Amino acid sequence: MCLAVPAKILEINGQEAKVDILGIVKNISLLMIEDVQKGDFVLVHVGFALQKLSEKEAQKTIEIFKESV
Amino acid sequence: MDKPNFFNDFKNASYAQNILSKIRKFQNEITIMEFCGGHTHTIFKYGIREILLQNVKMRSGPGCPVCVTSNEDLAKAFVLAKTPNVILTTYGDMLSVPNEFGTLEKLKAEGFDIRTVYSTLDALKIAENNPNKKIVFFAVGFETTAPATAASILKAKEKNLKNYFVSSVLKFTIPVTIALLKSGEVKIDAVLGPGHVSTVIGSEIWNFFPQNYKIPCVISGFEPLDILQSVFLILKQIAENRCEVENEYKRAVLPQGNKIALKILNDVFEPASAFWRGFGEIPESGMKIKKEFSEFDADLVFNTKIKINEKNTACRCGEVLRGLIEPHECKIFGNPCTPENPFGPCMVSSEGSCSAFYKFNKNTILT
Repeated sequence: MCLAVPAKILEINGQEAKVDILGIVKNISLLMIEDVQKGDFVLVHVGFALQKLSEKEAQKTIEIFKESV
Repeated sequence: MDKPNFFNDFKNASYAQNILSKIRKFQNEITIMEFCGGHTHTIFKYGIREILLQNVKMRSGPGCPVCVTSNEDLAKAFVLAKTPNVILTTYGDMLSVPNEFGTLEKLKAEGFDIRTVYSTLDALKIAENNPNKKIVFFAVGFETTAPATAASILKAKEKNLKNYFVSSVLKFTIPVTIALLKSGEVKIDAVLGPGHVSTVIGSEIWNFFPQNYKIPCVISGFEPLDILQSVFLILKQIAENRCEVENEYKRAVLPQGNKIALKILNDVFEPASAFWRGFGEIPESGMKIKKEFSEFDADLVFNTKIKINEKNTACRCGEVLRGLIEPHECKIFGNPCTPENPFGPCMVSSEGSCSAFYKFNKNTILT
């Protein structure tokens, strides 16, 4: 139920956006987030973007995965 | 800096090996509870329980909203679906959950107008396209899902829609985690914090785990590497004698969560007592529609009161949800209870531990 998936914003029309979820294009609501633009990644849950995904934090996490002890 | 790939980089096998080698350096035997059904699904799907068994035992908790919906609450959906002129809408998982009236799926097959929707926005569209019908959205979920339901009520008000209603069995997660810890029934050394609930409520709110219960908590993402890394962070905390909330899922979870989503949720809902499968009544754990939106509250507009007879079945979903037993310890697991023929909700939802265990793990008996 709490499944949320990363999606790339393709187009923004006011409070709505067209997003790409692994090749599936969907219209979602941007009501719950601010400061997003085309090309940004957002986390989508039941038709709403819940959070903008931070590419910087994602990259940091991946770097941590590679760290040795 | 390289551009991250939000899908593949978090499933990378060589990184997984690296994290695993770090995990295996710890000798302490611990039990970690994952409170989120999404985590349960990932853990079973990627065989994480088995690879960790050497020193870490993963236990599933009450983190599947479909599973914790009580029979009484589910019965309301049946009453609403049978109400003349009503179109009942809900998320897909709810249709297969059995109770003494059968399933919503069977009711739909009998001709009642029950429609699964991906989003509350779809339910609103059905309301706009069917002005002569009454559209009820049966709302199940936690804080992740609740803002979307609240937003639909705000939208219906804005559009002056008179034929859209919500029956809320939405729930807050924190009260049930406290109820579980207070019961003392299950020994937990650490908690894998729910990532997507936390995108809304934030990471800081979980500080009560270390502060009040001396239990470390790591908020985790949902990819397999997120979970392995979170387990590593938990083991590291314990080895270093630390007890705090850490956020592994920083790419999505902020300390304060999503303030807009929280405001929408709190504008429309207020805490009220709610019944949880396996737990019974938990004060302040339900999301009730506030008085100013009572015209949209299906439980007030329609008569949803129904008396149900709790039958004694062999289904042990309640104990599975409390982390007391593993799915395969239930006598009917796998025979006759299967995802095609579920006896309880934990075998229905993809986030239910019985369903995940059956799908990915049925040939392995965990010790």
